[in-house]
Amino acid sequence: MTDHEPLIHIARRDGLVWWRAWCIRLIGAALALLASALFIYSITKLNPVKVYAAMWEGAFGSARRAWITARDASILLCIGVGLAPAFMMRFWNVGAEGQVLMGGCATAAVLIYLGRTLPTAQLLTLSVIVSLVAGAVWGLIPALFKARWNTNETLFTLMMNYIAIQITCFLVAIWENPKGSNSVGIINQQTQAGWLPALFGKQYLLNVIIVLTIAVVMYLYLKYTKHGYEISVVGESENTARYAGISVRRVIIRTMVLSGAVCGLSGFIAVAGSSHTISTATAGGRGFTAIIVAWMAKFNTFVMILIALLLVFLEKGAIQIASQFNLNDYASDVVTGIILFFLLGSEFFIQYTVRFRSHAHKTQEVEA
Amino acid sequence: MTQLISLLTSAIVFGTVILYGALGEIITEKSGNLNLGVPGIMYLGGIAGIATAFFYEMYAAEPIGAVGLILSFLAAFLASALGGLVYAFLTITLRANQNVTGLTLTIFGAGLANLFGGSLNALAGGVGQISVAVTSRAYRAYSHTLAGLGWVGQLLFSFGFMAYLAIVVALLASWFLNRSRVGLNLRAVGEDPATADAAGINVTLYKYLATCVGAGISGMGGLYYAMDYIKGTWSTDGTIEALGWLAVALVIFATWKPARAIWSAYLFGVLYWAYNYIAGLSRATIELFKMLPYVVTILVLVAVSMRHSREAQPPRSLGLSYFREER
Repeated sequence: MTDHEPLIHIARRDGLVWWRAWCIRLIGAALALLASALFIYSITKLNPVKVYAAMWEGAFGSARRAWITARDASILLCIGVGLAPAFMMRFWNVGAEGQVLMGGCATAAVLIYLGRTLPTAQLLTLSVIVSLVAGAVWGLIPALFKARWNTNETLFTLMMNYIAIQITCFLVAIWENPKGSNSVGIINQQTQAGWLPALFGKQYLLNVIIVLTIAVVMYLYLKYTKHGYEISVVGESENTARYAGISVRRVIIRTMVLSGAVCGLSGFIAVAGSSHTISTATAGGRGFTAIIVAWMAKFNTFVMILIALLLVFLEKGAIQIASQFNLNDYASDVVTGIILFFLLGSEFFIQYTVRFRSHAHKTQEVEA
Repeated sequence: MTQLISLLTSAIVFGTVILYGALGEIITEKSGNLNLGVPGIMYLGGIAGIATAFFYEMYAAEPIGAVGLILSFLAAFLASALGGLVYAFLTITLRANQNVTGLTLTIFGAGLANLFGGSLNALAGGVGQISVAVTSRAYRAYSHTLAGLGWVGQLLFSFGFMAYLAIVVALLASWFLNRSRVGLNLRAVGEDPATADAAGINVTLYKYLATCVGAGISGMGGLYYAMDYIKGTWSTDGTIEALGWLAVALVIFATWKPARAIWSAYLFGVLYWAYNYIAGLSRATIELFKMLPYVVTILVLVAVSMRHSREAQPPRSLGLSYFREER
């Protein structure tokens, strides 16, 4: 052993059994909760355990709150599911925010202009179709340029978000009700025309069912279909895909249409099934949060459920402590940020082993 | 004429905010790191500056503007660079994905800044909005004699010092990236880290420094916004986030060239404020006008990728992490 041996030696793991990987993630999450507790304590001087209890109360404290948590988690999940195929293809669709808004605007347009003329069943069908199309178009535009000229998709989709945000502001100004309020208000409040109906008396049950169905279908699509296989080959290496006779362009365009469409559908669920209004808050940053959800879950839609729930729990919980302890809601973003930093960091220890010099020395001796 | 001058001056003020953001991001991206945390970093810079000035003005018996200025300036740079350090540690050492880490940093920075910006006054036992009048006045000080020289004075001399500092930083960055040895090494790291590594350049060190210093400069945009643009107050309306993304857009528009970023930033300012000077626009149309900077950015992005001009391309390894073992 020479002195030139580096102090720290990093090597890629061959693959870790799933339960050890999850142990590492759990340790990461535990450390994150500890760090967040320290942060909360430092500004509120409150017992962190009580704070976490208050957070639990805020997210699941009553049936109503639990349903709202489920509703918001399902929208976040839906966007994440929409992003999964694009990310698996290594196409950085950071444009979900815009795709959601376009889907939401399309739905709102149907509800506003046709709400008095069509029965709800037709309204809903039409809303679904236009929101799928609107989202798909928003995903298709950057995909076309990526496929033809290799235009950087991260930056392109990012810019598309802000165009969608301004279009939304434009539409809000046109549709504002009452005049001068700078908001659209609840659409069809009296008639509830075009709203997703309650199921078994549960207002948001249908949202959850729709999203879970999409999640399962997407899982099967990515894992067991020819399309899914092509997506993963293109994601691994475009050259390999070409040698294998896969039309990379076609896969990129097809996948982004799908990705945008599902994100657009999230906009439909957000408008017709949740807020019944349209504003930039319809997406409200969830398009960005979902990127993190999809990435951390490694495109596995079932893991996404867990992560989406965790993030919405943190958000609702932090809103609760914020109102209890006289802070503002942004506390939730801080806690979310801390947790994500730790989870991102913990992925490293799943993929790599770290050995220190002295330790490496001993193993060498043992092997010898 | 008066209208034109007033459009141009507001464009320069607007442009200065995003110019800082973009300059920092150019330096970061030249090392191959695509830091989507720019909005978060600008938030960190803004709140660190405001909070420092706030506590200084609260505890000093007779606060002096210049002292508040120096303290808040340093704090803002430090806080932003720390934000960059978190990003650098996660993406370079722990090899986390750059896009996801950057977006997380944006969420975190915006949350932290708005949490304190919105409740600092309450936490300190006061009421109402936070305000740091003395320090802000120092930031906004300019020579009234010079600014009084007609429209030339208005256009050239009516700004706080940070507007001029931004131009100096841009020219320095331009010289640094094109003429200095370290700057050329940095570009080599961003183009092809494996080759740079083989040539004996410490890739990790370069990436760390570029990311932290870049973040520090980006954060100045937030500081300028808080101290000068909105005059030493805080607003949780999310403007800094929108401006932060515009700064990312500006990097593309300027095709990663700091000198080009100067006039591009002012052009963005003109595009953004143009609606104020066109008579008879409805509020709805104004919203459409505000998308102009993003539309032209997309056009530039597309044009650059179509022409394949080597000068205007993003750094080749942009967005990719570098692992020596996996070359």
